[in-house]
Amino acid sequence: MRELISANNLHKSFAGLHAVKGVTLQVNAGEVVGFLGPNGAGKTTTMRMLTGFLDPSEGSVLLDGFSLADDPLAAQKTFGYLPEGAPAYPEMTVREYLQFIARARGIARREIAGKIDEVGARMHLRGVLDQVIETLSKGFKRRVGIAQAIIHDPPILIMDEPTDGLDPNQKHEVRELIRAMGSTKAIVLSTHILEEVEAVCTRAVVIASGRVVFDGTPEEFELLAPASVTRNRMDYVFRQLTATAAEVTL
Amino acid sequence: MSPWQVIFRREFRAYFATPLAAVFLVVFLFMSGVFSFSMGGLFERGQADLRSFFQFVPWLFLFLAPALSMRLWAEERRLGTIEVLTTLPIPLWHAVAGKFLAAWFFSLVALALTAPLWITVSWLGDPDQGVIVAGYIGSAMVSGIFLAIGGFVSALTKNQVIAFVVTIVACFLVLLSGFPLVLNFFRDWMSPGAVEAIASVSVLTHFNSLMRGVVELRDVVYFASGICALMVATTFVVDWRKSA
Repeated sequence: MRELISANNLHKSFAGLHAVKGVTLQVNAGEVVGFLGPNGAGKTTTMRMLTGFLDPSEGSVLLDGFSLADDPLAAQKTFGYLPEGAPAYPEMTVREYLQFIARARGIARREIAGKIDEVGARMHLRGVLDQVIETLSKGFKRRVGIAQAIIHDPPILIMDEPTDGLDPNQKHEVRELIRAMGSTKAIVLSTHILEEVEAVCTRAVVIASGRVVFDGTPEEFELLAPASVTRNRMDYVFRQLTATAAEVTL
Repeated sequence: MSPWQVIFRREFRAYFATPLAAVFLVVFLFMSGVFSFSMGGLFERGQADLRSFFQFVPWLFLFLAPALSMRLWAEERRLGTIEVLTTLPIPLWHAVAGKFLAAWFFSLVALALTAPLWITVSWLGDPDQGVIVAGYIGSAMVSGIFLAIGGFVSALTKNQVIAFVVTIVACFLVLLSGFPLVLNFFRDWMSPGAVEAIASVSVLTHFNSLMRGVVELRDVVYFASGICALMVATTFVVDWRKSA
């Protein structure tokens, strides 16, 4: 399988705070990586370094073979990105916003309407295409954010909490979509919901206090719990892994 | 469409999505009328020219240009859309230029809407059209430099009110440094060369020579290089502080 994301020894320090301490991550096409960790563990910071929004203090990122530091435009063409909170311009309609993103991504003028139709159908946005984003519910806003990330059908998808704010039905749909796309793309998504990792991810990466403390399949993750734990086994493992990491840094 | 055009289009339309565009245009036209007729004495002067309008243009833009520029970057930061914008595969300077040009073009629309003044004096008398054209060029340059300052300040904060106030102060300083009152103050104790230097960074000095109908290369170079330098500075600031 093709290696699409290759992050090497990423570090990030903000004025005195060492937020990410050497994260290395390789993701191949066909993998869906669930990024787990307590709040403040460095998930969002790491994803921001994968997309070039933040420059790493140390380390490098290769996206589909393009170096984010040396050839940022080529590297940024390879991914779609849903930032934390799914930001979008509130005064635009969904259609205007998607047109803007499509144009900025260099999609040919005659293909844009078709692409919007396609993602509109996929994300169930058809009914709100001409509605102003400001007036949409949280769930719709999140889906606009995802639509914006997949409109150019990128080989890499990076999504910060894609199912946050969705109701159970919408969560199910987005997971189905991610699973379907996961067969050909390299996907990294962050989440707080451990069942989500079980449901859609082929791999779980747990990060705590800026370090990777687990990298394996969801099954392996669950097996870390002793047999005596019968309920919420993943929660148990998560607490064990992240609590020890936190102690180490204290 | 090249990337800057995509940004330009979005930004320009964003002005019309809120009442800002309408409020700006109404205030600009109303105030330019009040200034030209009541304070400038457009009719009483008995001369067919637009001097009484142009002499107030820098003061109008002093308060109105910051209203156009304050949202350019501060709003992107507040909404978090800067994260979408700066991870799109477009060069950052395209985004900076597209945003500035959208604000500038909007101010040119406002200037164009003062054409009835021009038509009036042309109908009433026989003004020197060259002087009027130079006056409009000067006005466009003043709004350009103020918007470039405003874009730069907007990139430094996520609070639009702060961006507005700081931009007014900054524009006031570059405007004031050519005011006779200020120059006379310096003239008492500074060498003529130093006073000349202070006057030469002033928007007013360069605007006045354009307003008199003298289109000199050095004035155009002053405005063009000022705008370009501020664009470059804005690009650096956005890149440096985009996640702050």
